Amino acid sequence: MATFGNGRRVAIVAGVRTPFAKAGTAFKSISAIELGKLCVAELLQRTNLDGKEVQALVFGTVVPSVVEPNIAREVSLLPLLPKGVQAYTVSRACASANQAITDAADQIALGHLDVAIAGGSESLSNIPILHSQRFAETLVLASKAKSLPARIRILARLRPRDFIPITPAIAEPTTGETMGQSAEKMAKLNAISREEQDHFALRSHRLASAGTADGRLTAEIMPVYVPPKFESVLTSDNGIREDTSYEQLAALKPVFDRKYGSVTAGNSSPLTDGGACVLLMNEEKAKALGYPTLGIIRSYAYAALDPGEQLLQAPVLAAPVALKRAGLTLKDIDLVEMHEAFAAQVLSNLKGFESKWWAERAGFSQPVGEVDRAKLNVMGGSIAIGHPFGATGARITTTLLNELRRRDGRFGLMTVCTAGGMGFAMVVERTR
Amino acid sequence: MSSASEVTIGGLVGTRWKPALSVEVTDGIAIITFDLPNESVNKLNRAVKDEFVALVSRLERDATVQAAVFISGKPDVWVAGADIEEFLELKTAADAERLSRDGQMLLDSIEHLRVPIIAAIHGACLGGGLETALACRYRIGTDHPKTILGLPEVQLGLIPGGGGTQRLPRRIGLTNALDLILTGKQVRAKKALDLGLIDELVHPSILRTIAIQRAREVAEGKRKSERHAGGMKGLLIDGNPAGRAIVLRKAREQTLAKSRGHYPALIAAIDAVAAGYEKGVAHGYREESRHFGEMAMTDVSRQLIFLFFATNELKKDPGVEPSQHPELPVAAFEPLPVNKIAIIGAGFMGAGIASIAVQHGSLVRLKDADHARVAKGYAAVRDILKERLTKKQINKIQYSDYMALLGGTVDYSGFGNVDLVIEAVFEDLAIKHQVLRETEASISPNAIFATNTSTIPISLIAQASSRPERVLGMHFFSPVQKMPLLEVITTTETYPQVTATAVAYGKKLGKTVIVVNDGPGFYANRILSPYINEAAIMLDQGVAVDIIDRALVDFGFPVGPITLIDEVGLDVATKAGKIMADAYPDRMQPAKSIQAVVAAGRYGRKSKKGFFTYDKEGKKGEVDPSVYGLFLTPGSIPIVKSIAPPTGAEETARPEMPAVQIQQRTVLAMLNEAARCLSDGIIRSARDGDVGAVFGIGFPPFRGGPFRYMDSLGIQIVVQRLEDLNARFPGRFDPADLLLEMARRRQVFYPDERS
Repeated sequence: MATFGNGRRVAIVAGVRTPFAKAGTAFKSISAIELGKLCVAELLQRTNLDGKEVQALVFGTVVPSVVEPNIAREVSLLPLLPKGVQAYTVSRACASANQAITDAADQIALGHLDVAIAGGSESLSNIPILHSQRFAETLVLASKAKSLPARIRILARLRPRDFIPITPAIAEPTTGETMGQSAEKMAKLNAISREEQDHFALRSHRLASAGTADGRLTAEIMPVYVPPKFESVLTSDNGIREDTSYEQLAALKPVFDRKYGSVTAGNSSPLTDGGACVLLMNEEKAKALGYPTLGIIRSYAYAALDPGEQLLQAPVLAAPVALKRAGLTLKDIDLVEMHEAFAAQVLSNLKGFESKWWAERAGFSQPVGEVDRAKLNVMGGSIAIGHPFGATGARITTTLLNELRRRDGRFGLMTVCTAGGMGFAMVVERTR
Repeated sequence: MSSASEVTIGGLVGTRWKPALSVEVTDGIAIITFDLPNESVNKLNRAVKDEFVALVSRLERDATVQAAVFISGKPDVWVAGADIEEFLELKTAADAERLSRDGQMLLDSIEHLRVPIIAAIHGACLGGGLETALACRYRIGTDHPKTILGLPEVQLGLIPGGGGTQRLPRRIGLTNALDLILTGKQVRAKKALDLGLIDELVHPSILRTIAIQRAREVAEGKRKSERHAGGMKGLLIDGNPAGRAIVLRKAREQTLAKSRGHYPALIAAIDAVAAGYEKGVAHGYREESRHFGEMAMTDVSRQLIFLFFATNELKKDPGVEPSQHPELPVAAFEPLPVNKIAIIGAGFMGAGIASIAVQHGSLVRLKDADHARVAKGYAAVRDILKERLTKKQINKIQYSDYMALLGGTVDYSGFGNVDLVIEAVFEDLAIKHQVLRETEASISPNAIFATNTSTIPISLIAQASSRPERVLGMHFFSPVQKMPLLEVITTTETYPQVTATAVAYGKKLGKTVIVVNDGPGFYANRILSPYINEAAIMLDQGVAVDIIDRALVDFGFPVGPITLIDEVGLDVATKAGKIMADAYPDRMQPAKSIQAVVAAGRYGRKSKKGFFTYDKEGKKGEVDPSVYGLFLTPGSIPIVKSIAPPTGAEETARPEMPAVQIQQRTVLAMLNEAARCLSDGIIRSARDGDVGAVFGIGFPPFRGGPFRYMDSLGIQIVVQRLEDLNARFPGRFDPADLLLEMARRRQVFYPDERS
């Protein structure tokens, strides 16, 4: 899909994100829409781009606001952009920002757009709290009542239990399994030990704190002067623990299976608030505007499997397809960014890449291969950095391209697992 | 629809004269459209009045007309008020009184016309415009930000002369009416509806249709304007003589206390309102006209009208004329567009500039050295915008949009596409040089670098620049969001287009802009300096803080000079004072008192310790008596008697110092310096000097400004007083050569006004 045969290549010009903050901390009073606006505004400020050049905005979010469901449109109504910028919201669980990026990229490749902003944001501090089904039904009935006494009669049917609010859980609607339970199951099915998981989590924190300390990771992060009072400023991700140790991680109790389990809060990604976005252009347009580009999108692929099987294993099905579409193999890849929902999932995915059985399921005779750990998540991943569902895909895209540039690499592969048993993979090529 | 006929009233055949009022009658409803030819706004002048008189008599007689709608042909103005130029032609109080009587009679005939007239108001409805609307039988306003209503006459030293002092209180109640008349404030349509000033609020697109419908209903007696008269409060207080007496007495007391007797129109307006209640409306109208006539002849009104015209002239002034640089093409004087600006320094000034820039749609990059400072800048912008939000001057969406236009940074990212950089860092030449060099490395070669320095000469700052032709000063006054003046300071190298751009952008931000030449203190601070210094020297000599301040507040300044020092900050004041003393050592040597107080670590409001006391929230209290010990040797110099003595025991021992002496020493020092600024070419004209002093440093507006004030004193008197003072305090009051020359030649600054 590099060019769709019409010669139009899609370039990623720049990416910006807010720091990622653990839910309930620094950004607890900022909505997902505001987080989205913050990073898009800064993207425009930093890139010195006149908002009039932007033609569309695609944004992803997983837990949308009930009152403002089209987050993309709200973000696109920033005063930095013309009101004529069309915008829509996408949802593909944890790959929502990737979906936003590939949607925008497709439109550019087709020639429908030249310049677009894509990304996503999430506030897990501000998830909608729902009323019970009976409470909601009763309210609707009461609103239709013709007289006040009739209305009171209907409302009088409410019982105390009807007032108990419902908070959405991160569970599969079809299986009822929470994502943690799925990760727990995957650890068992793929024989991933507790030790391996904790070592991987430790690695994530170590590498992320190194990237923060030397400024590689913070280069893509904007400072957020925290509204509404601006008494504080957050300049880096606040979930990264430079001081954590294997012993500390090993001491944590499993959360989802207290008796036989191995998945802990320490080796899972935390609930996080944040926003991230990238600026996409037709490569020729970027040249015309005088913008150097980070890289181009060579290919991408989405895949899915039965959510009751191994919920987070679908990247194993997507990656070989993306590589094939790019005309590359794992050997050509200089860096791999793999979304870390759980250490158990990353390690399961990596095992899957090496497995002939998974290769055949994906329709290939040979497995993807063994990922060189020195090329994998070189500045840590979602376990340490955090995982605002709607934003992570844009974060990974920016990190991968910036680091390819620093390392003078050429090709990068990224994968993201999602709820619903879906997976995403994309190959990017650094431009010079 | 039946046939429509086009009729013009009083039109002259065969000339190019066009009527201001046109009438179209459809189905018995006359639509009167007011569209003053060759003007952007509708104003009421004699010619329009004559057209109106003819129109009224035609409507009275025309049996085919049932009702009329009065609407404007201008896009966003209904009737902006009377033509003030005509006021200047009035030679006597009797002339002015007659003008008012004529207007009253016309409006009276409108009110009692056989045919009801409905005011269909979209856009500004001010002064005589609102008085006309009040005389109509029904008023509809559009729900639009441009639709504003008010009686701004007192702002010109006048009172409403078209029946406003009588109709308004009867329409909206005494209390609300006095509030509008005595402040001259403008209210939006929504507020006007709440007050009862208008009867209905509609979307602009249906104004005409609804007005026609209402005209018919009013004519058929199916609808009439409901009187509010101030709601429940109006009923209890405004609705009876005893309540009204209390309201009027309180209004008089408060007005006198606030205006210190400097604005006679305020009391005249209250008198006119009161007259109508005491002896009936007919008497009220007569008193209104009489007071209007008197007020039109006051010096206060002449000065305020001068300032009104001077500011209007400056609004049209591009700041730099092609004639100044005949060698350059016209394009060199065209202002460049300014969409994105960078502000360096997120302190009080930087944040203040940011707050107005975002409200005018500019994208702002706000930079400071560290995140904590930038965050403080954000908080300051937020506070300014939140205050506007609380006062409903902006809505929530505007608030969030304005905040979104602000992007904080600690590096030079995002500077690549800025059109204008405004530097507002410390008043330190080395820092300013460093910032200028760093900035020029990050901005486009066409971007303009403006420094907001208040004292350092721009040419000194520009020495660090690789393109000094794109460097100039933009001196905002604190607090930026409130102070109306902007000094644009040019050096000999500044390119005209750069000046034109800074001036145009300053105007876009709503500022009154004067272009001044480079020099220590430029204009406003240069004339402020000897004034403040003289006040501080009086402190050295043992005069109490509060009597100095009180003397100058009585003179008409918004705050006294010592309070001003505390507000500005003693550190800033001494730093500026040093620069001024270096430039003008003979007359601007700093006083000991300020040096001593700043040396004691008392910086004024910012350190909550200065000449005054401050509580924890920073609220200013009384004079801090301990301050005297810092610069006076106890017992050696008597402290001049103060209204609130620092210590009770010494009170009897102190001699007094007359306020007039304090006023003369400080103000003459300022006047003398203003004259020097004019002869040195710092300011382009006396007009700029007057506007600059009034809007920049609070020179009493009713005195017109330093130059107007010198004219009214008489230049010879000014020179004589300066010479007297110079004999007592050698050096500091040496009269400016310009003044000596003018006194000798018996010249004035504004020769046209002295007939």
